[in-house]
Amino acid sequence: MSTSAETVEEVTVDSTSAESPVDVHYAVEALGVRRVFAERAVLDGVSLRLKKGDFVALIGPSGTGKTTLLRILGGLDTADEGHVVVPRVRSTVFQEPRLVLAQRVWRNVVLGARRPRAARRKAIDALAEVGIDGHANDWPRTLSGGEAQRVALARALVTEPDLLLLDEPFAALDALTRIKMHDLLAALCAKHDPAVVLVTHDVDEAILLADRVLVLSHGSIAFDQAVEIEKPRHRDDPRFLELRATLLEQLGVARIVGGGNAGVPADH
Amino acid sequence: MTATEFVAGAAVAPGSAVAVKTTLDRALIDLSPKRRGREQLRQRVRSWSGWALRVGVPVLLVAFWQLALNWGWVSQDVLPSPATIARAYRYLWHNGQLQAAIPISLRRAGEGLLIGGSVGLTLGIFAGLWKLGEEIFDATLQMLRTVPFIALVPLFITWFGIDEPSKLALITAAAMFPLYLNTFHAVKGVDQKLIEAGKTFGLSGFQIARRIIFPTALPGVLTGLRFACSFSLLSLVLAEQTNATAGIGYLIINAQNNQRPDIVIAGIWIYAVLGILIDFFMRAVERLVLPWRARVNIG
Repeated sequence: MSTSAETVEEVTVDSTSAESPVDVHYAVEALGVRRVFAERAVLDGVSLRLKKGDFVALIGPSGTGKTTLLRILGGLDTADEGHVVVPRVRSTVFQEPRLVLAQRVWRNVVLGARRPRAARRKAIDALAEVGIDGHANDWPRTLSGGEAQRVALARALVTEPDLLLLDEPFAALDALTRIKMHDLLAALCAKHDPAVVLVTHDVDEAILLADRVLVLSHGSIAFDQAVEIEKPRHRDDPRFLELRATLLEQLGVARIVGGGNAGVPADH
Repeated sequence: MTATEFVAGAAVAPGSAVAVKTTLDRALIDLSPKRRGREQLRQRVRSWSGWALRVGVPVLLVAFWQLALNWGWVSQDVLPSPATIARAYRYLWHNGQLQAAIPISLRRAGEGLLIGGSVGLTLGIFAGLWKLGEEIFDATLQMLRTVPFIALVPLFITWFGIDEPSKLALITAAAMFPLYLNTFHAVKGVDQKLIEAGKTFGLSGFQIARRIIFPTALPGVLTGLRFACSFSLLSLVLAEQTNATAGIGYLIINAQNNQRPDIVIAGIWIYAVLGILIDFFMRAVERLVLPWRARVNIG
C-alpha cells in the first residue's frame, strides 16, 4: 500500500481534485482513518472524499472494516486516528429495518423529525415515494421484509440527508425484492442526490448502483475503480462482465470472464 | 427419477387417486383443508364449551358447598352456607359497614400503589437509562427485594406505629419492587440496534428515550404494574390484620372475634373479587395501550 498522502489522491472521488481541498466542498472528508479493536487495526489509514451526489460502493471480504468505516462516518463509532468530517444531516439504512415496533409505520418514518405529529403529511409522501403509503397506519410487525426495508429507506430519505449510508441494506431480502429495491434506490438517489456510501458483499449490486467501487482489504483501500458504464446498467453488458471479473479477482475469487454469476439472479 | 418426483407426478395425473391414497398411508400427511361447515361447528362448540367450563366449575363448587351443608356433612358453625354468606352481605350493606369499609381499603391499597409504584417506576427508568443509576442503587434494591415484605411488618410497626403510616409503608414497599424490577429490565432490554438507529438520525438522548425506549419498554412496565397491583392487594390484607379500626380487614377480624364465620368469608370474597377486577382492568389497559402487540395474535 502507498503512503497516506498518495492514498488521499487515489481515493478522491472528485475528478477535479487538482483544486485545493479548501475550495472544494466535500460532503465527506475522511483522511487517514485508523481504528483498532483488540490490537488489530481493522482500519489502517483509509481515506475517502465524497462530493454531493457521489455514489460509492465499498466491497471486501467480511472482517475488512467496511461496516466499521460506515459506523465511523455515521457517528456511531469514533476513529482512533485520522480526520473525519461528515454532513450534519445524514442517515443510515441497516441490513435489518430497525423499526420501532411500538410506533405506527408513519411515525417510524418521521422518527427523526423535530415534531413527528406535525410531519404526518411528509411521512406519507415519503412512503408514497417508496410505494407503500397504503401501510402508513399499520404496525411494523404486519409488514413483510421488503416492505419494512422500504420503510427504512423512506425514513432515511425523509430528512433530505446530505449523506446516505447503506450497510448491506438488501442482503436479507429475497432475490426478486432485491432487484426491485435496486431500481428504487437508483431512482431515489437520482432524485434526492445525496452522497451515498453503500457497503455490500454483492459485486453485481456495487457495479449496478455505484459511480465508483472501492475494495477494502486488510484495513485499507486496495482497489479503486470508477464505473463508467452509463445507467441503466445491464448485467450482460461486456463492460459490466469485465469489471465484475476484475473486482472478483481483487477479492481473491478466481473467475472466468463471462461465466456464471456471483450468486445473484440474472440481469433485469 | 427420485421417489418424490414419482409421487408428485402421480398426484396430478387424473384417475390415479388410489395410487396417491396408498402413498398417503405411509410417509405423507394430509394437510388440505377439512370440510368447512363441520370445522366451524367444532370451533364454535369448543369456544362455547370453554366458556361453559370456566363459569360452570365455580358454580358447581358453590352448589356442592350448599348441598354438603344441606346433607349435614359439615356444620354451619364451621362453614356457613353460601346462602348465609349472601345474608351476611345484606346485613353488612344495611348497617352501612360494607360501604364504609371498601373505600377505606381501596384507598389504602391505591395510595400505597401510587407512591410505591411511582418510586419503583422512576428508579427503574433511571437505572435502565443511565449506567450511573444502575451502579448507585441496583445492587441495593436487588438485595432488598429478596427480603419477604411480610418480615418487615414488625419493623414498620416499630418505626411508624400501629396506625395508618405503617400500613401505607408496607403497601408502598410491596408495590415498589415489582415495578422497579420490570421497568429496569424492560428499559435496559430495548434493542441496542434501535437506539443506534435513533442516534444516526441525530436524536437527542431525551428523544431516543421518548420515541424509542419508552414505547418499546411499555409491555414490561405493564407487567410490573400488574404484579404491583396484586402485591399491594396482598400487603393490604396483611396490613389490615394488624390493629385496623376500619376497612375490610377490620370487618374480618371483628367478625372473627364475634364468632361470625359468615362475615369472615364474606370479607375474604371481597378480596377475591378485587383481585379479579384488577386482572380485568389490567387486561383492558394492555389491550388499549399495546395495540401493536394485540395485532400479532390476530394475524
